[in-house]
Amino acid sequence: MRKTKIIMGMPITIHIEDCDDTHIFNDVFNYLKDIDQVFSTYKKNSLISKINNGLQQEYWPRQVRQIFSLAKKTKKETNGFFNINHNGNIDPSGIVKGYAIYQASKLIKNAGYKNYFVDGSGDIQAMGGAKQNKYQYWLIGIRNPFEINSIVKNFKLRNKGIATSGSYIRGDHIYNPKTNNVIKEIVSLTVIGPNVYEADRFATAAFAMGRGGINFIENKKSLEGYMIDENKISTLTTGLGKYEVN
Amino acid sequence: MKKFFVSVAILVVFFVYSIGIRHQRPRIAKPSNLSRQTTSSFSANPSSLTYSSSQKTNSSNESNTTNPTTTGYKNGTYTGSVADAYYGQVQVQAVINNNKITNLKFLSYPNSHPASVYINQQAIPYLKQETIQSQNANVQIISGATFTSEAFIQSLTNALSKAHA
Repeated sequence: MRKTKIIMGMPITIHIEDCDDTHIFNDVFNYLKDIDQVFSTYKKNSLISKINNGLQQEYWPRQVRQIFSLAKKTKKETNGFFNINHNGNIDPSGIVKGYAIYQASKLIKNAGYKNYFVDGSGDIQAMGGAKQNKYQYWLIGIRNPFEINSIVKNFKLRNKGIATSGSYIRGDHIYNPKTNNVIKEIVSLTVIGPNVYEADRFATAAFAMGRGGINFIENKKSLEGYMIDENKISTLTTGLGKYEVN
Repeated sequence: MKKFFVSVAILVVFFVYSIGIRHQRPRIAKPSNLSRQTTSSFSANPSSLTYSSSQKTNSSNESNTTNPTTTGYKNGTYTGSVADAYYGQVQVQAVINNNKITNLKFLSYPNSHPASVYINQQAIPYLKQETIQSQNANVQIISGATFTSEAFIQSLTNALSKAHA
């Protein structure tokens, strides 16, 4: 069964093979709505908005502290390229999305399902495999940043997370936090990792590094990357071949 | 006497051999699939002037240090902005004379590890590159940059208007 809902301002799709029970879908969607209620910077009554309006630290719930500490850790691991502080405001959406999709995936796993995926607008946790692939893997395509309706690369994934950062959907929207310049030389950077949380946070940070981002991913043992630059040239990390479908 | 000559001969052979060994430098193999230059490039002032830090593999590429161009550059010494190459900070200084770069200096260069200086000249990872091509779209999931609700609604509106026609 497959269901899609718009939560956190994006379509979120849950697909579970051989499952007719709508309860698990509702549970997961409700969990994601709760996360949005806490972390949305668009909602005036969210905790993040209250924190940005000066809510004292002693009133911050554990969940918020945890996200802040993950963001801090990521900032350190990426030499400052990952930063949730923007113009004096805190915007943790760069880390919350991958975190939420990964937690949602764990809820489905704990309910006993093995073959499913959670897709938050292109950031995906893919577990087990599709029935049509004999439960061995999920076939995942990378969208062509120059032509939204076509696909440029296919990967076979099993128990992995994948996330793509790009500048093509919303226009230029990732800045190098160190220079405040818009990243223009690369248009799409896909990261495959042990889970979608890892893939998402490092895809965001590596994209902000510009051309050097793919080398950063190359140097991370558990990650592989696929970068497309403004000249339609793609660069692949050395271990990407094991996921590639030709 | 014969023993003496034999031992001298052996010593000479060893001496020549040791000189040969000493003069060999470590080589780093280049992967055969290398087709284009990789790694980061960064800009120096004047802004239209770029210098590529990567290893060149195409002999047809123009030289890094001379940049014959029709655009007029003012004579002088220009210092580029500090660029983070992940391996460390890179900053170059270019001296322009008669519309040409006459000197290019690395003011800062990634060399935090003692052994990395020589390696840095060659071994910023060579990653495989290819021109993107459309693939079979028969996939189960698609990964791409984030659709915001705005973009999503825009796309949906567009799809619906098509459905109208």
